[in-house]
This record gives sequence, structure tokens and C-alpha cells, in this order.
Amino acid sequence: MTSTSTAFATAREEGRAALVGYLPAGYPTVEGSIRALRTMVEAGCDAIEIGLPYSDPVMDGPTIQAAAQAALDGGVRTADVLRVVEAVAETGVPTLVMTYWNPIERYGVQRWAADLAAAGGAGMITPDITPDHGGEWIAAADEHDLDKVFLVAPSSTDERVAMTARESRGFVYAAAVMGVTGARESSSDLAGPLVARVRAGGDVPVAVGIGVSTGDQAAEVAAYADGVIVGSAFVRCLLDHEGDEAAGLDALRALTTDLAEGVRRARS
Amino acid sequence: MSVSVPSGPMRYEADERGYFGETWGGRFMPEALVAALDELTEAWREAMADDAFVADFERVLRDYAGTPSRLYHAERLSELVGARVLLKREDLNHTGAHKIRNVLGQALLTRRMGKTRVIAETGAGQHGVASATAAAWFDLDCTVYMGAVDTRRQALNVARMQLLGAKVVPVESGSATLKDAINEALRDWVASVDHTAYLFGTAAGPHPFPSMVRDFCRGIGDEARAQCLEQYGVLPDAVAACVGGGSNAIGLFTAFLEDEGVEIHGFEPGGDGVETGRHAATIHAGEAGVLHGARTYVLQDEDGQTVESHSISAGLDYPGVGPQHSWLSAAGRATYTPVTDAQAMEAMALLSRTEGIIPAIESAHAVAGALDVAKRLGQERGPDATVLINLSGRGDKDMGTAIEWFGLGDAEEGPEADLEQVEADAATGPDTEAQQ
Repeated sequence: MTSTSTAFATAREEGRAALVGYLPAGYPTVEGSIRALRTMVEAGCDAIEIGLPYSDPVMDGPTIQAAAQAALDGGVRTADVLRVVEAVAETGVPTLVMTYWNPIERYGVQRWAADLAAAGGAGMITPDITPDHGGEWIAAADEHDLDKVFLVAPSSTDERVAMTARESRGFVYAAAVMGVTGARESSSDLAGPLVARVRAGGDVPVAVGIGVSTGDQAAEVAAYADGVIVGSAFVRCLLDHEGDEAAGLDALRALTTDLAEGVRRARS
Repeated sequence: MSVSVPSGPMRYEADERGYFGETWGGRFMPEALVAALDELTEAWREAMADDAFVADFERVLRDYAGTPSRLYHAERLSELVGARVLLKREDLNHTGAHKIRNVLGQALLTRRMGKTRVIAETGAGQHGVASATAAAWFDLDCTVYMGAVDTRRQALNVARMQLLGAKVVPVESGSATLKDAINEALRDWVASVDHTAYLFGTAAGPHPFPSMVRDFCRGIGDEARAQCLEQYGVLPDAVAACVGGGSNAIGLFTAFLEDEGVEIHGFEPGGDGVETGRHAATIHAGEAGVLHGARTYVLQDEDGQTVESHSISAGLDYPGVGPQHSWLSAAGRATYTPVTDAQAMEAMALLSRTEGIIPAIESAHAVAGALDVAKRLGQERGPDATVLINLSGRGDKDMGTAIEWFGLGDAEEGPEADLEQVEADAATGPDTEAQQ
């Protein structure tokens, strides 16, 4: 497996930010999600987050909810997510799972960490686990040499930002608007200060999730962050072309290219 | 699960981080909400230690909600089952249920924290109506999230909330019921937390809600314990309540946790019967997991996806349960038993016909289960054996369901169901417990 930190190190050497792309496993199908994610890798994503669809996704906006619900309705299972991880990690790009906690607790935390590592997964992003309530996951991740990506938010106190930076491995996920996932037209003035606070807390890379959907927005974020996380905009490409896989993949490729160009533009 | 129960008065209480028995509860929440939950925890702790706040809460409960509610000896029912049956009349509170205690406490706290807007989730609409009521009284902006399926089933409560000045938002996501309303309220809160308080409707969710909601509801048990001692000179042999999320039950149980001679019974919604899979008996049939921020028993599939629950009573129709109940069950201090839709409806008719009290279907679950406990205790200990039931709400809101279930409403034909039979059935020996 490859720690996500290698992708950030490479990007840093190239004087740019890393592009982190998200899609849920199993939408439109398990195989379809593998083809979609591989398309994103080919077109320039530096790291991949694979969503594990969950019945009660409290941090997700309507776009990701719709795709994840469709994946569940299509019968996607936790074991399928590992299959998608394996197929994407084979490309050599760091591949993480982003998941709410209950499916992992149900699978068995130790067993999950072992199976995720065996599938080539780099680690896990945990939107509803904070380090102070994540002892079991932290222990299992450390044992299997997996990235632990925790989130910070504009509302986090300085103490909690520092604690999260200390406990994270791979990168810190700065959820830089107060709200659920989803594309947004304007960028947040909360993001820059939040990134600066994480940097003050440690030298782990900081990637920003803020509803980016265009290369221009990516360039703006890349000016101050180590990575740009894009989720809903990728999911939107697939939702908008439901039933026409080739068109969906074309849209993903075009968006990835635009975003990859954006993360390279900022500091040149 | 094997557990060791520590001794001492704090053994059933949560630790600093919100864990009961080191396992149940906690705070499995997005970082974005942690600051707000910390702020709420601190405000609640300070408020409970502030005599002025406590006095204010007591005054509002007394003058506005009508507490303390009466403890009433149901004599005809007692005669039928051969033991003394006492009803804690929470159905007589303003808005018709115990829920007003929780929302008044949380609304007072909201005002103390200087927030101007409240949000709430609701299933059948009872907590939504209570929240809208408190918001009107405290002049707070109020938005209530309600599953779209429920807004159609409970149009009357939607109208009540609107009349009280609240905005009702139908939730179409997921299964479009209570759990999805909670998800949507949490999504609102993530974006609005600087000026908005989330009036959580039950003693579940992330710390501090399970402990805080319990504190606001514990007057039920504190009053009932004192009333029982004063009126009868004894503690009850058993106390009983229905358990969905479990706010009325924990509100009753808390006063009796250290009274080791008092049996504590929670009755869960058994729906069509636990064996059918169509039920909401979370402790009895669920498995430990994390839902809405707490580790507790959850109805879930083998991948940890939440399973849809079923109960004839919308107020109990929730696939999780308050974490302190999970702990009381694991620790062996309380017993949780399913009561089916049919048993609850029979108890609704029985209480109506013997005592002239139409209970909420939620509360009818407690009556159905508790009468079996009463029969057993009456046989073991004689007619002075005392069972105290929390009658958590009144049944006006459930008349639509009752009309359908019993075939009521046709004055010429009379009821389709043989309601005479209900009293005869009640006089026969315990049946729920016999199934265990």
C-alpha cells in the first residue's frame, strides 16, 4: 500500500497541490464505479477516496446521498467496497475509504483494518469519528500501517485542531465550510485561516474540501492548501449521465483534467 | 456481553465523555458539531448547578406545563389484575405528554446560551408540537424536520405546528421517516450551529443529549417516588414505561435506580411480533452499534446499515434507543420486553373502558406489559403489591389509528371489534411474560 503522504510529497516537489477525488463505491454498479474511479486516476487525480454507502449519512448533501442511496438500493455490500479499493489501488494511486463508523464497527475494526490493508488501501477518512472517540480505530490503523484522516472544521478550537493534526496520518481533511457536502459557487473565507491553524499544529499535509467543482476554484484553494478534495462535482458527472456510461466517463475525464490543471496553476 | 457493574451511586451515570458503563453512548459525531456539543455540555452543567436556573425551570413546569402530574390509583384496573396499579398522569400535562418537560428545559437553556433559533425532528409530531409550543412561548424561531411519509400520515400535527408558528420541513431522503428527519436536522445544525440550538426529542444521540434530556425528564420519577411514599407509605414493587428512544422511561427510572427492591421494566414496540421482523424492539432484538452519535442497540443488517423499524405507534418507531437503556439492560438493572401492536391496542381499549382514560398508543405499550407484571406480583405478594406505570401521553392523536383498528365511528353498527372481551381477557393470567 502507499500512504497518501507520498502523493502530497510528489505534488509539493512539483510546486503544486494534490487533487483528491471522491466517488461512492457501487454507483452506478460496483464495476461501473471501478471504471469511473480509474478514469479519474488516468486523467490526473493524485489520490482517491472511495465512499462506503451508508443508510444514515448525516454529513452528506443531496448529490452524494442520491448516489449512495442508489448504490445501496443496487445491493452494494461492505465486501464490494474492498473489491473497488483493490481495483483502484492497483493503479498505484493512494486509495482511501471514506466511511461513517457503524459499518466498520459491524465488520469488526481489526478485521476491517487487516482487509483494507490487504486490498492495498492507504487508510480511511472518518467523518463521524474524532480522535478523542476513535481509540479503537487509531490502534487498528497503527497496527496495520494505515492512514488515519480526521476532519477539522472552522468551528474547531485551536486545541482540537492541534490534537487532530497530531493524531492524523496521511493528511488532515479541512471541511472548510460549515455545512454538508455539495458543490458551492463561492469559496469560503474560513478556509485559509483553518489551513493555517492546522499547519501551526503539525507538519501533516492539509487538504481542503469546500465544494470545489471547477479548475478555477481548485486553483484558488491550491494557493493555500496542500490538496484539493472534490466529491459532489464528480458524483454529479455520473448522476447527470445516468444510463450512458460513456458520456459519464467523458464528463469525469473532462472535469478531472480541468481540476488537475487548476491545482497546477495556482503557484506558477 | 459480560459486564461488571461498579458499585456506588454513580454506577449508572455517564462518565465525563458521555459513556455509560464505559461502552454505551459517547459522541460519534462530525468535528464540525463538537464545539457546539461542548458548548451545550458546559451550559447544561452550569445551568443544573445554578439555583436560579433550576428554580426557573420548576416555575415554568408548574405554571405552564402543569406539573407535578398526579399519581392516580386505577382502582378498577387494580381489581382486575389483583395488585395495586398506579398511573403517573403525564397525559395531563400541557400538550398532552411528558415531552413538554424536555422542550421547556432545552428552550430555557437555548435562551441562556443566547441562541435565537431552534430546530427539532419529529416522528408522529408530538415532539414537534412540543417544540413549536416552547418556541412560541419563548419567542424563538422554530423549524421542525419531519419525514415526508409522516407529514402525510399526521397532517393534524403539521397543522398544529404551523398554527404555533413553526416551519415544518418534509424530509424525502432515505426512508422519509423519523431517523431521516434526525439526519436532516443534523445537516441543518452543521450549517447553522452558531445561532441555532437542536432540541433533540429523546434521551438518545450524542453526549450530552442522553444525560441532558434525562435530567429534564427526571421530574417524572422524582415526583412519582415522593408521591408513592406519601400516598401509600411504600415504594412501588415495580415501575414500568414504554421505550422508543426512551425519554419518558429514563425520566421515570432514574429516581428508582438505587432502590434495589424496585423492579424496572421497559416495554418496547414489538410491532407485528419480533419473529416477523416488523418491529422496533431495539434492545430485545437489535445489536450493539452506532446510530445518531451514540453506541447503543441498533436494528441493523449484517453490514451495519440501519434497518427500517415498524410500530403501530409512531412515537416508538425508531431503530435505535437511548444509550443509558442499553447500559441498564446490559448491567441487568432494567428488563426490556417487547409488546406487540395487538397487545398495545387491547390495553388502549382496556384503560379506556375501565378507567375512562384514553392513553397514547405509546403509553398503552407500558400498560399492556405492566399489567402482566402486576398479575405476577399480585400472585406472589398479594393485592398490596404496587406497580407504577408512566402514562406518558394521551390518546387523542391516535384516534385515527383506533378507528381503523377497532372499526369505530359507525353509530348505527357499533364497533366491529368485540370490546366486551377486552375486560374478560385482562382478568386472565399473565401472558406477555409467559412468552419470554
